Amino acid sequence: MKRSLLAAALVTFGGATWAETPTLTVYTYDSFVSDWGPGPAVEAAFEETCGCDLVFVGAGDGAALLARLKLEGARTKADVVLGLDTSLIANAKATEMFAPHNGIPAGLDLPIEWSDDVFLPYDWGYFAFVYDKTLLPNPPASFTALLDSDVSIIIQDPRSSTPGLGLLLWVKEVYGDDAAKAWETLSPRIITVTKGWSEAYGMFLENEADMVLSYTTSPAYHLIAEEDDTKAAAIFDEGHYMQIEVAAKVAGSKQEQLADAFFDFMMSDTFQSIIPTTNWMYPAILPSDGLPEGFIAESTPQKALLIAIDDVEAIREEALAEWLSALSQ
Amino acid sequence: MVIRPQSMNPVARWSGLAALLFVVLLVAGPLVALWLRASTPSILTSSDWAAVRFTLFQATLSASLSVVLAIPVARALARRSFHGRSILVTLLGAPFLLPVIVAIFGLLAIWGRSGFVSQILLSIGAERLNIYGLSGVLLAHVFFNLPLVTRLILQGWTRIPVEHFRLSAQLGMSPKDLFLRLELPMLRSILPGAFLLVFLLCVTSFAVALTLGGGPKATTVELAIYQALRFEFDLGKAAYLALIQFVICTIIAVWSLRIAVPVAFGGGLSGVVQRWDVSSKLLLWQDSAVLLAVAGFLGAPLIAVLGRGLPALSNLPASIWTAILNSLTVALFSAALSVLLALALAGFIDGLKSRRPKVSFVVEGVGLLTLAASPFVLGTGLFIIIHPIADPFALALPITALVNAAISLPLALRALLPALQHNRLAYGQLSDSLDMQGWSRFRLTTWPTIRKPLGFSTGLAAALSMGDLGVITLFAPPDVETLPLIMYRLMGAYRMDEAASVALILVALTLTLFWLFDRGGRLGHQT
Repeated sequence: MKRSLLAAALVTFGGATWAETPTLTVYTYDSFVSDWGPGPAVEAAFEETCGCDLVFVGAGDGAALLARLKLEGARTKADVVLGLDTSLIANAKATEMFAPHNGIPAGLDLPIEWSDDVFLPYDWGYFAFVYDKTLLPNPPASFTALLDSDVSIIIQDPRSSTPGLGLLLWVKEVYGDDAAKAWETLSPRIITVTKGWSEAYGMFLENEADMVLSYTTSPAYHLIAEEDDTKAAAIFDEGHYMQIEVAAKVAGSKQEQLADAFFDFMMSDTFQSIIPTTNWMYPAILPSDGLPEGFIAESTPQKALLIAIDDVEAIREEALAEWLSALSQ
Repeated sequence: MVIRPQSMNPVARWSGLAALLFVVLLVAGPLVALWLRASTPSILTSSDWAAVRFTLFQATLSASLSVVLAIPVARALARRSFHGRSILVTLLGAPFLLPVIVAIFGLLAIWGRSGFVSQILLSIGAERLNIYGLSGVLLAHVFFNLPLVTRLILQGWTRIPVEHFRLSAQLGMSPKDLFLRLELPMLRSILPGAFLLVFLLCVTSFAVALTLGGGPKATTVELAIYQALRFEFDLGKAAYLALIQFVICTIIAVWSLRIAVPVAFGGGLSGVVQRWDVSSKLLLWQDSAVLLAVAGFLGAPLIAVLGRGLPALSNLPASIWTAILNSLTVALFSAALSVLLALALAGFIDGLKSRRPKVSFVVEGVGLLTLAASPFVLGTGLFIIIHPIADPFALALPITALVNAAISLPLALRALLPALQHNRLAYGQLSDSLDMQGWSRFRLTTWPTIRKPLGFSTGLAAALSMGDLGVITLFAPPDVETLPLIMYRLMGAYRMDEAASVALILVALTLTLFWLFDRGGRLGHQT
């Protein structure tokens, strides 16, 4: 921590005279840089080989991160941005602030084909409703079953949270033109809608609802970090919407070579094996040791859903209007 | 000899003008910055207008409810002395100081679907409680603000000179007469300002309204601003919404300040008020019931928060110490700045009152408006202004302190201004006729009247700043952590137990800080 403080001080005072070791500044979301996130381990491992200072700057969540970058514009200090997701890519590309990467590495372990020339995935997950096995012995096995059930749920607001937006797109992908009707059916059982994931998940843990919108990997946290095997993710027949987290180089960065080195490192075994038990997501390339025990759930989604990057923006607007009117009645 | 009001002291005038200018720049600057950066003019949708309507609706209801319920509580506190009274008075500061998310979890532990009350209901075979909806929003806002209003009204009660109560007792006045002659005029002078304060506090409510309001029906303007800034990056729309919020708040501010009637009780030898009018058994039972209910209502969620944080207290990372230090530094600087600003502004407004009453309303209104400023707009606007000329990271803590000082300014102003006005009405002419000026006037008449509200508002400002998470998130460089920031990061990493422990530390420190200042102001006095 001392080291990054010093690095921050160097950046702050623009210390041209000391700047013998170059600094690579990576903007990311808050939970990535926290003591329990991947940040500290990633920083230590990369600095062993790069001959540089890696400085992470945490800026809220994925959406706040993009807003921050737009605010700073061409004057930004960021060399790399890490932590946008698939629903933000089109929006991010429109800023023309990002530079193409050097090619997609072979052997990506994603359930879908990846072809974007600017953004590179470093981890991914499926959205899912998480429940407590001891309190809900028979969880719904599909969206249709959820709509017919009397199970109570807590979700996040798609206007302020990325998982909330994920659910919005998930319902739209499954129900298409009938999405509004699906929301109306679901509406009475939505206990509440929260600003972000933390509030919703915290309320679920205090038993405010039977299920909460989170990730299929959430139960792995409880199993591995807390040795608690009561949590599980309900797997739906219709398939699960994906969240793919991506990184990109900032155009015009003075540290282009370092940024390239960081991208190579990001796809390496070292980085990818840090991800599962710190970011609680699936690594983009399976590490040679495989996934940690407890990470492989009893059942996994059979079908991955994802709306094409360029279509997200238009669909989001339509789906949001439907969601608002269905839940405001 | 005719005594004319003397012209305003130049120190009061210039420091007041400087404070006013500072507040105006801080509030208007970010709006203008956003406007200039916005690319296309934005049109508000029908859902934005629905948000405006809901914001007004819930804020009016929350403020009315808080004020009405606070009257019996303050009245009971004012006319009773008992063991633990001082603790209860300190506890009245507590809910207001809780970081929003901590308060939500505290309230849900009692009122939630699996909370204390629901468990009791289930055990007797009834349905569990469901507070999500308007009732949840009101519950939370009353929980936050009822104690604040109680403290403000209580200050009004203590300004009624003890001699008045003695005289009323000699005249054999009934509690009803006493209410009409003494208490009602006092309430008329305090309540409009208190209502306005709570209204403004509820206008900018966002996470509470959404979470306990149960969904998008409970969308406030603040949420629309947040959405515009983060997801849509529509700076123009954010500025537009913020402006609408300002205009509405200004109208409400001017209206409620104008119906406030200042009251002149004259001076008295202040001292412990012994009340002769409340000896009846019925009144005693009534007051006891009110005080017990309010202690339970405020105390139970607080105990839940503290209890929830104990188990993981030893698991906290070492970085907690730096965070504690950062939080305390910001809190103290911001409290000092806030109180200085408030004193300067309050002196200026009070000086204007007798000469140019209309101007004084405007200045007073402006002084309260920082509460109506969206923290997101303030933060983003400042970022746009500062980023080209300096490194925002290097200024993280000073800017956080500055903005927090501005946001708690209205509270300090609300507490100090009535005291200064009371001081002028009670001792002004006497001091003028004795030609008592400057330091001796301040020491002999002003200081004794303002020390209690001063201690209270320094405590509030410090404590509010401890829990802030608005501005720091935009400016915080890596490794500059404050307690609320650590708490959110822990929650984001599934560590709810550790987050609850940070909440415990945050609440304990905040309350201690508040208690120290508040107690300091009340030392040697009975509140």
